[in-house]
Amino acid sequence: MVFWRKKKNAKEQEEQEREDKIVHPPGEPAIEPSIDEDDPKLDPETEHELEENGSEIIEDLDETPVPKHTAQDDTKEHEDLSDHSEEGGWLSRLTTGLSKSTNKFTQGLTDLVTKKKLDQDMLDELEELLIAADLGPKTAMKVVEDFSQGRFGKDISQEEVQEALADSIAAILKPVALPFNIQKPDNGPFVILMCGVNGAGKTTTIGKLAQNFKDQYGYKVMMAAGDTFRAAAVEQLEVWSKRTNSTLIKKDVGADAASVAFEAYAKAKEEGADVLLIDTAGRLQNKANLMEELAKIIRVLKKQDESLPHEVVLVLDSTTGQNAFSQLETFKEMVHVSGLVVTKLDGSAKGGVLIGLADQFGVPVYAVGVGEAVNDLQPFEPQHYARSLVGLSG
Amino acid sequence: MFDSLSEKLGGVFSKLRGKGSLSENDVMAVSREIRIALLEADVALPVVKDFIAQIKDKAVGQDVIRGVNPAQQVIKIVHDELVNMLGSEADELKFSSPPSVYLMVGLQGSGKTTSTAKIARMLSEKQKKKVLMASLDVYRPAAQEQLAQLGEQTGVATLDIVEGQKPVDITKRALDTARKEGYDLVMLDTAGRLSIDETMMDEVKAVKKASNPIETLLVADAMTGQDAVQTATAFDEAVGLSGIMLTRVDGDARGGAAMSMKAVTGKPIKLIGVGEKWDEIETFHPDRIAGRILGMGDVVSLVEKAVETVDAEDAQKMAAKFKKGQFDYNDLLTQMQQMSKMGGMGTMMKMMPGLSGMQDKIAEAGLDDSFVKRQEAIIFSMTKEEREKPDLLNAKRKKRIAAGSGTSVQDINKLAKQLKQMQTMMKKMRKMGTGKMMGMMKDLMGGKADEMEMMAQSMDPDALAKDMADIQGSGGALGPNPFAQGGGLPGLGGLGGPDLGSLPTHGGKKKDRKKKKKR
Repeated sequence: MVFWRKKKNAKEQEEQEREDKIVHPPGEPAIEPSIDEDDPKLDPETEHELEENGSEIIEDLDETPVPKHTAQDDTKEHEDLSDHSEEGGWLSRLTTGLSKSTNKFTQGLTDLVTKKKLDQDMLDELEELLIAADLGPKTAMKVVEDFSQGRFGKDISQEEVQEALADSIAAILKPVALPFNIQKPDNGPFVILMCGVNGAGKTTTIGKLAQNFKDQYGYKVMMAAGDTFRAAAVEQLEVWSKRTNSTLIKKDVGADAASVAFEAYAKAKEEGADVLLIDTAGRLQNKANLMEELAKIIRVLKKQDESLPHEVVLVLDSTTGQNAFSQLETFKEMVHVSGLVVTKLDGSAKGGVLIGLADQFGVPVYAVGVGEAVNDLQPFEPQHYARSLVGLSG
Repeated sequence: MFDSLSEKLGGVFSKLRGKGSLSENDVMAVSREIRIALLEADVALPVVKDFIAQIKDKAVGQDVIRGVNPAQQVIKIVHDELVNMLGSEADELKFSSPPSVYLMVGLQGSGKTTSTAKIARMLSEKQKKKVLMASLDVYRPAAQEQLAQLGEQTGVATLDIVEGQKPVDITKRALDTARKEGYDLVMLDTAGRLSIDETMMDEVKAVKKASNPIETLLVADAMTGQDAVQTATAFDEAVGLSGIMLTRVDGDARGGAAMSMKAVTGKPIKLIGVGEKWDEIETFHPDRIAGRILGMGDVVSLVEKAVETVDAEDAQKMAAKFKKGQFDYNDLLTQMQQMSKMGGMGTMMKMMPGLSGMQDKIAEAGLDDSFVKRQEAIIFSMTKEEREKPDLLNAKRKKRIAAGSGTSVQDINKLAKQLKQMQTMMKKMRKMGTGKMMGMMKDLMGGKADEMEMMAQSMDPDALAKDMADIQGSGGALGPNPFAQGGGLPGLGGLGGPDLGSLPTHGGKKKDRKKKKKR
C-alpha cells in the first residue's frame, strides 16, 4: 500500500523533472528576462518559440524522453520499484515516509532555483524550508550559511542545492551516528536504562532492542518492568518479553521503580544475563518530582555497582518539534543521557530536530524506529537520512 | 532559550519612534522576527505565512499611539490576532440521541487511551452520563488491557475483551451492548496510526462508518512539530474531525501545534490534557496558549501552579503577615521551599512574562537552584529565635551560623539584606494594586520594562481575578483568596523575594561584582 504511494510519487517526480528539463534546459540562460516589460505583446510569440525550442532540444538529447507511458511500461516500472522497496527494507520505508513531505520540499527548491541566482531572498526561503522540516531556526541558519559559502551570487542548479544541503546535514549527523557498543562487564549484565516523555515509544523500543541483541549477538536479555505507574504498562512489556523470549522482572503496580531496577539487576547478575533493559514510566521533563524519581533509580542502581547503568537511552518521538531540545537538555542534566533512539520515523514527520540536537549536544543516535514490528529498529544512517530529507534518493 | 519577541521587535523599531503611523515597510521589518518566533514555537510554516499576511493587513496604516512604542503595538496586534485565530465560541462536547458515539483518533503515543478515560470520567461525574468505553486497538500489546484497567480505576464501564475480534466488529458489539444496556455514550478508543498508512486509515474510516460518531476527536501531542499540519489534514480528510484534544499541555512545549491544527482544519480545540491524573483535563483557553506561543509567559498557569503547590493554610498565614509587613526567615524558607516544589527557579522564570530571556543572566549571577540551597542551609543553621526575630543577628551569631552552614559571614549578610528588601517590598505591596506592582517589577528589571507594561495592559485584571476565582472554586479549600493583597500574583511574592529582590544587587554594586569574579 505504502509502496504504491512511493511509485506514484517517484513517477510524478520524474515527470516533473523531465518537464523541467524541457522547459528550462540546464545551461540555457534565463528565459523570462528576455521578455521586455515595454513589449507585452511579444508574450504569445515567445511562448510559441519556446515550445519549438523545446522540441529541438529534445532531438538533441541522447536520451529520448518518454512523454506518455504505455501500460507495459507501467507494469515494468511498478515491478522495478516494488523490488527496490523490498531490497531497501527500512531505508525505502524511511524514504517513503519522507518522500511525501520531501515532495513539497523539492517543489520549494525547484521554485527557488529556476527563479534566479542565489541571493539573500533565496537563502531566507531555504532557511524556512529547513525550518519546515523541524530543523529549528538556529540549525537551519547554520546549514544555510554553510551552504551559501562560495555560492552566493552564482547560478546554481536544483541538484547542486540538494547535494550541498544533504552534505551539510550529513556532516552534522555523522559524528552522532554510532551503534550500541555493548561491553558486558565480567561481574554482571550490561545495563541499559530507557527513559523519555510519555508516548515516545520506550516499551516498544525495548522489545525491538531485545530482539536485535538476540539476533545479532545471541545475548541473553532480561527486561525490568520499571513503569509501575501507567495502566497495563507491565502487561505490554510482558507481551514483548514473550515475543522475544526474554525474562521479565516485574512487581506490583505502584511499586517503587527503583526497587524493581535494583532487584532486576541482582536477578540478572544471578542468572548470568548479558543485557538488562530497564523500562521506566513516561515523564515530562518539566516535572521536577518525576525527574527526581528517575535520578533515584540510577542512585539505587549505583549502590550495587558504581558503573551502573552503562547506558541511559532517551527515546525521542520524531514527531516532536523544538521541545526536543528541552527534553534532551533536561534528561541529560538529570540522568546523563548517553544516547538516543528516535522513533516513528516511518511517518510523515521528518524528525529534523535531530540535526539541531546533534549540533548542540552531540549525543549519539543509536538506532531509529521505522515501524511497529519487532524488526523495525535499524541503525541510523546519516547520509541516507540527509539525502531523503532534501529529496535525493539513496 | 527563546529570546523574547518584544526584545527583538524593540530593536527593529528603535528607529521608528516619533512616526505617525505604521508603514508597510515598518511592518515588513518585523514580520521576519514574528515569523521566527512562531516557527520556534512549532507553528507550521504555511500557517505562519498566512498569519503574517493577516498581521500586515491589520497593522499597516495603524496610528502609532503616543506613549506606546511601536513594537508593543505590533505585539498587541499579533497577540490579539492569535487569540482570535485559536479561539472559538464555547465548544462544548455534543451528544446525539443515546447512545452517542465518540471516536478517538490520532498518531501512536499521542495519549488517546488516557484521554478517552479522562473524558469518560469527566462526563460520567459532571454530566451524569452512563459511559461505555471500548478499545479498538488490537495491535499494540496490552492496549485493550490498558483501557480495561483505566475503566476500573475511574469507575467507567468497559466492553469485555474478545480475543481476535476485528475493530469494526468490536464497534458493532459496543453499539449493541450500549443499546441493550442503556448507555448514553460509547467512547471508541482506536489504535494509533500514521496518517500515511492507508490500510490503517481505511480501517478507521470503516469504524467511523459503522459507528456514526457525533464527536470525532483528534488526540494530538502539544509537543508536535511541523508535522501537525500533515497529521491534522490527513485525519480530517479521512474521517472528518469534529474537534481536537491537545495533550501534555502541562509540559513546557510552546504549543504552536495548536495553532497549526486549528488553522488547517478549522476544527476547534475542545479539550486539553494537563496531567496524568484523571481530573487533569480542561477546556481550552486561547489567550493562554497565545501568550505561550509568543514566549510571553503564562502567568495564569504560574498562578495555578502556585495554588496547587502552596499549602492553603500557609498561604493564609503568610497573607496575614504580609498585611502587617512582617516577614521573617521562616517565611523566606517557606517561600524557597515552595519555589523548589514548583520546579525551581528556571521553570518559574520561563513562565514569567518577559523573564524567559533572563535565565542566562540568572545563571551568570550564580543565582541558580544551588544558590537557593545554600540560603536554605543558612536558615537551617539559625536558632528558632533567630528565625523569628531577624534583628537578633549580631556578628557573633553570624559567625556561628556561617560555620554551621558552611558559608561565610558575607553570605549571611547578603541574606539579611534580602530579607530587609522583602520586608520593604511587602510594606509597599500593601499600599498598591497590580498596576503599581508591575511598575516596581519594572524598576527591578530595568530593560524589560516595555514588555511588563504590555502584559499589564493585555492582562485584564478582572479576567485574571475570574480565573483565580475559578481555580479557587474547584480547589474549594482555599476559602477567601489568600493572595488578594498581593494583587493576585502569589508567584511574584515568592519570586520577588529571594531572586528578583537580589538581582539588582548582583552586578549592580562594586562589592558584588568583585564577588562574582571570585566565583
